[in-house]
Amino acid sequence: MNKELRRVSVVVLLMFVALFASSTVITVFQSDNLRVDARNTRTLYSSYLAERGPILVNGVAVAQSTSSADRYRFQRVYSKPELYSAVTGYFTLNQGNSGIEGALNDYLSGTTNSQFLNKLNSIITGQDPKGASVELTINPAAQQAAWDALGANTGAVVAINPKTGKILAMISKTAYDPNLLAVHKSSTVIAAYKELVQSKDRPLLNRAIAGDLYAPGSVFKLVVASAAIDSGKYTAESLFPNPPTLTLPQSTSVISNSEGGTCSGTPQVSIATALRLSCNIPFAQLGLALGQETISRYATAFGFGQPLHVPQTVTPSKFPTGLNPPTLMLSSFGQASVRVTPLQIAMVSAAIANHGRLMQPTLIESITSPNLTIIQPFQETVLNDPISAATAATMTSLMISNVTSGAASNARINGVDVAGKTGTAENDESPNSLRTLWFTGFAPASDPEVAVAVVIENGNGFGNAIAAPIAKKVIEAVLNK
Amino acid sequence: MSGPSPLVATPPPTVGSERRRLFGGAGRLRLRVPAKLRNLELLLLIFAVAIMAAAVLLVQLGALGAVDASFFPFVGGLALLAVVMHVVLRVVASEADPFILPIATLLNGIGIAMIYRIDIAQHRLGWQSSGIRQMVWTAIAMVVALIVLVVIRNHRVLQRYRYIAMFVGIGLLLLPLIPGVGLQINGARAWIGIGARRADGTVPLSFQPGELAKIALAVFFAGYLVTARDSLSLVGRRFLGIRFPRVRDLGPILVIWLAAMAVLVLQRDLGISLLYFGLFLVMIYVATGRLSWVILGMTLFVGGAVAASQLLGYVANRFGAWLDAFNNDIYHRVGGSYQLVQGIFGMSGGGLTGSGLGLGSPNIVPFAASDFIVASLGEELGLTGLFAILALFLLFVSRGFRIAFAGQDDFGRLLGVGLAFIIALQVFIVIGGITRVIPLTGLTTPFMAAGGSSLVANWIIVALLLRLSDTVRAQPRIVVES
Repeated sequence: MNKELRRVSVVVLLMFVALFASSTVITVFQSDNLRVDARNTRTLYSSYLAERGPILVNGVAVAQSTSSADRYRFQRVYSKPELYSAVTGYFTLNQGNSGIEGALNDYLSGTTNSQFLNKLNSIITGQDPKGASVELTINPAAQQAAWDALGANTGAVVAINPKTGKILAMISKTAYDPNLLAVHKSSTVIAAYKELVQSKDRPLLNRAIAGDLYAPGSVFKLVVASAAIDSGKYTAESLFPNPPTLTLPQSTSVISNSEGGTCSGTPQVSIATALRLSCNIPFAQLGLALGQETISRYATAFGFGQPLHVPQTVTPSKFPTGLNPPTLMLSSFGQASVRVTPLQIAMVSAAIANHGRLMQPTLIESITSPNLTIIQPFQETVLNDPISAATAATMTSLMISNVTSGAASNARINGVDVAGKTGTAENDESPNSLRTLWFTGFAPASDPEVAVAVVIENGNGFGNAIAAPIAKKVIEAVLNK
Repeated sequence: MSGPSPLVATPPPTVGSERRRLFGGAGRLRLRVPAKLRNLELLLLIFAVAIMAAAVLLVQLGALGAVDASFFPFVGGLALLAVVMHVVLRVVASEADPFILPIATLLNGIGIAMIYRIDIAQHRLGWQSSGIRQMVWTAIAMVVALIVLVVIRNHRVLQRYRYIAMFVGIGLLLLPLIPGVGLQINGARAWIGIGARRADGTVPLSFQPGELAKIALAVFFAGYLVTARDSLSLVGRRFLGIRFPRVRDLGPILVIWLAAMAVLVLQRDLGISLLYFGLFLVMIYVATGRLSWVILGMTLFVGGAVAASQLLGYVANRFGAWLDAFNNDIYHRVGGSYQLVQGIFGMSGGGLTGSGLGLGSPNIVPFAASDFIVASLGEELGLTGLFAILALFLLFVSRGFRIAFAGQDDFGRLLGVGLAFIIALQVFIVIGGITRVIPLTGLTTPFMAAGGSSLVANWIIVALLLRLSDTVRAQPRIVVES
């Protein structure tokens, strides 16, 4: 009997050896493959176990993780949710992230390769893993001023430091509360998300950089005028015919100036005067004379059609190709099919303000690891040199007179030279159509600290009446006036 | 095969004293001071309860972040039960094996800690919580084990009741098939309901009689094989060098095979069917020493299982989920591999050291506290913890085999190997199913998984092994390790 018992013992031992082997295979040899399996929700849960880094404005957290009692351990909390919703974006449980939360997710969650050593270090020292903190370039006073000034309007404000490219303010209204999407119950998140998506105000759109693009109206004249002067074909004093109405070639459409009649009362106007008084008909003729290719080249140099990340992705603005003469003429004063983001318009102003040099716009001041080493310091990056310093100087003087004695009078600030341009684009052809109202400009003109763009969706009236005072408040906030 | 042992192996006292005189000197004899064994057992029990206490503490710190008063009923309850059991052993089985009780207590304790941990994750409190019910079942099971120890003072009594054991075993097996009594839970009709049925069809108490049947059948097999083994082993035709049994001797194996197939087809329980048949094969092999029985039996069972996998949807599903678990269609199918794959994700996520008790997400897996408790343990205790648990089971089984090696009567030896093999095979079927060595079946991990019937049955096995080991050692004799 003992021989049989011994054999059975061996069989039992082999059975256990099989179990030792199979559990080893699962936990050691297959674990890398199993971890990346999309169905493995534990991988997701463990990513929430690290304390996500905060998003800071001037050292104060606008988004941070506080401890929570459930299995995710941390709850994302937004201290001024709506004010910063266009900047921070939202952070959800496996339902996608947006804004800085999305673009810098790897840094905030501590999973970038540059944070690997920190992670290793925290394992050894027994500290809880933590993500990096992100300091933004936002100026809280300018952000608040832009929020307040925009009021109940639907639209966007962007302010940039023209010398560095730092984004000082970014507001998109209607805003939303990202806290609604940060709850730890997927069904609640999905319901809140659905409600936001279906809301007719479309609060999830970041109108400043990635909403539906807007027709720029007269603010596009800055690009056309810059192209005209910088190309050397014209000067600010070049004259163009100034009839009260103009029938577009190959069509029966008639264009007029925004307030009807001749723009300045003279049969011919200079580019300078046409820009100051925002005359449409001279610019239509200038555009046709310059040609599509030249305008397109300068638009591209200002950033149109170029991919851009601040670090969230910016929708490229469009100056279309293959235009026929009437469409080209309409496009030359920002109608027809030219489409822009407010950030793009602010970049045009910023390039003119910075002596023709366009800086890469960014929201990131610095990224700092939990042990206070700076992973990514601020770095100025030149994006392009769209126009010469001389052209920029000419354009600046034209924009100053635009504010002092022209169509952008509501942007005047006592004791400060403000350079500016208004715009009013019609949403459709009907006489009482709602309009897209614009202002863009910078100040102080001699040593610019801020370039700003304001857009109001579906407004009544003109850019000067509604958009320019908003820009003025933002400029005052930046200049501490 | 060793030489034919006498059926009743108790050496007459005169022979013993003669031998003692013959060899002279205590050095040749393995004379034991009883208290030594029990003192060792007490030490190990303290160790086992301490580990369980640490586990409950870690669960509370990990999952709740604070120590909670419910720590005391769990740890105190188990400690009290273990001490009572230990004291009774000092009186009624003072020479019993000192490892069996601490190992069973420790496995039981770790199981309670993990069940309690799943309760916390699923927000179950009071009588709703499986942890408290498991604690109560542990108490019931250990009291039943005590009764077995006290009532059965000599295991050879059981041999007399082998046919009663057979009827009890088969009766228990078939009980769930009786309409009105049987319950179908998760596809298998292996439960009986006790108490009035509620409106939603559930009952206050459900019990899996098959768990108890395995003990009754082990007793029957041992008793029957001891008497019948001569006719089963000595007669037959040689074919290809192996002596095959006569057709008329095939009766018992065919009956057991049919019973196993009935369980497979009627109760839809692959695990129990495999367990009974495996148990029978091992016991008949040990009793007769004839490999032909094993070959015959395995052929019958594999043939039956293959036929069942062709004919029965649930068996085919189990095979599909085993062989191609990560296939997305099978993963999402009802009765597919979702549970298996999530359990594997959990274990692989645990890695070598585990997430720590209370810090993983074992409750993602369905039945994390019962069928898949090993996956939960693997996730939170890691491969290290799994190895420790497997080692405890291996040690437990080896103590059972030791009884079979050292026993003096063939009935006791057969019963010992049968009971130990039940634990070994059940561990293999469960953990092998979870780690994809074999298809997943619905058996419980002995001592650990949430479930009363399994606890009661396995603690009865503990009591019987303790009784057997006490008999083996209680008779001073010369060490004969043939």
